[in-house]
Amino acid sequence: MTSENASSVEITALGKYYNNFHALKNINLSIPAGKVTCLIGPSGSGKSTLLRCINFLEEYQEGAVEIDGQVIGLEAVGGRKMSARRLREMRRSIGMVFQQFNLWPHMTAQQNVAEALVQVQGLSKAEAARKAVAALEKVGLGDKTESFPNRLSGGQQQRVAIARAVAMEPKLMLFDEPTSALDPELVGEVLTVIKDLASEGMTMVIVTHEMGFAAHVADQVAFLEAGELVSCAPPAEIFRNPSDARIKAFLETYHARNQF
Amino acid sequence: MDIDLFVQYGPMLLRGLLNTVLCWIVGAAGGIALGFVIAVAMYYGPRPLRYVLRGYIEVIRGTPFLIQLFILYYGGPNIGLRLDPVPAGILGLIIYGSPYYAEIFRAGLQAVPRGMIEAGRAMAMSEGKILRRITLPILMVSSVPPLTNFSIILTKETAILSIVTVPELLYQVQTMSAETFAYMEAMFALALFYWGFVEVISWAGRKLEHKTNAFLSKELSA
Ligand SMILES: Nc1ncnc2c1ncn2[C@@H]1O[C@H](COP(=O)(O)OP(=O)(O)OP(=O)(O)O)[C@@H](O)[C@H]1O
Ligand SMILES: [Mg+2]
Repeated sequence: MTSENASSVEITALGKYYNNFHALKNINLSIPAGKVTCLIGPSGSGKSTLLRCINFLEEYQEGAVEIDGQVIGLEAVGGRKMSARRLREMRRSIGMVFQQFNLWPHMTAQQNVAEALVQVQGLSKAEAARKAVAALEKVGLGDKTESFPNRLSGGQQQRVAIARAVAMEPKLMLFDEPTSALDPELVGEVLTVIKDLASEGMTMVIVTHEMGFAAHVADQVAFLEAGELVSCAPPAEIFRNPSDARIKAFLETYHARNQF
Repeated sequence: MDIDLFVQYGPMLLRGLLNTVLCWIVGAAGGIALGFVIAVAMYYGPRPLRYVLRGYIEVIRGTPFLIQLFILYYGGPNIGLRLDPVPAGILGLIIYGSPYYAEIFRAGLQAVPRGMIEAGRAMAMSEGKILRRITLPILMVSSVPPLTNFSIILTKETAILSIVTVPELLYQVQTMSAETFAYMEAMFALALFYWGFVEVISWAGRKLEHKTNAFLSKELSA
């Protein structure tokens, strides 16, 4: 299904290699428009790799990722790489938020948000600045527009990064462990912002280690292990009644770690 | 010490200082420009070009400036390159400095965090815009301290230009001491001029560094 402001993603028989290392093995996953999909799994299972294949930050060798029915990165399934221009065209509707925020250190919060509005969307500087301020206000940073990233807390930096992605009005948002570089007391403020965004009907794919958050916000949870998609199901099923022994084992370690 | 000597030779010494400063400014600026082009070409260019430039860097860094300058000035006419002392000296400084500057920029390019470039790609920016708007500004900021440092080293290399009769500071001072036998005074004047010169440059470098570091996180400038 394709809606006005949300994309759907169809991943079919996706295979990804780092040289000889088989990082993703025959992944099949449907990400419905307007829904929140959380990716969970042990460290090194391929969650980031899968997420980065969705906007083709990582090239893949087998199968395809289709966004609203259009293969990303390749001319066609198994075909040649698509032109840089067409890839950029597709990326314009995909936002991404990184674990390490990746804000540009030589730009203020407002300039970080305005940059792509000017350079990619071609807005005037004034228009972009206005939009940037609005986006920053939305994530509760209306008073930090002139701050450089190194003057902001981790939680504030991540909220700027979210504002930067959201200001482009993407139809699909990708989050790679948006809170795992944050001090525990800052996690909440970022999760709240993400939860608010989820309620606006944008398609979201979130790699996370916050199981409580995933259980609360996800429409479906995909569990990866060793490059394989073990299961994709509603959170109630994954968390309360996991069908696979590997998921059970993963959740047990997770709970053991979070009890003290 | 004979102060009258400085009054008598003052204009000549000042002209020497002026020439030194001129050669240094044009030489350092040219070296930085050439070094930058080399670094960017090595980073983004095709493999054969990278090998050629690597060879250039190794040869220039591996030989003394004195010899490079000698070859350029006295050997140049053999291949039709007939230069006056000052242009020869400046060109020599540019060539001599370029590989050091290139290495500074190359290291700086490699140190630009990958994530900042990936953020640009994810935001659908073109590679050209990423280079211009993200990579180069970050590179410039992290490069200020090492650029200042090598430019200070280069001030003292300008003394070597005296061997091709550039009337720079050392050349003038040598003339003065040859005419007056006042070696102490001459050396004293020389040291004083260089010291003042270097102080001005490091002050300017610190100012620039301070300005650029205002927004740069510690990890980046380290
Ligand atoms: N650039 C790379 N080159 C080679 N191998 C890589 C590269 N990036 C990731 N890998 C490997 O691919 C596998 C999957 O990595 P990935 O980063 O996707 O895991 P992850 O599930 O995101 O883990 P984490 O929870 O620790 O972030 C790992 O075994 C990793 O070592
Ligand atoms: Mg990861």
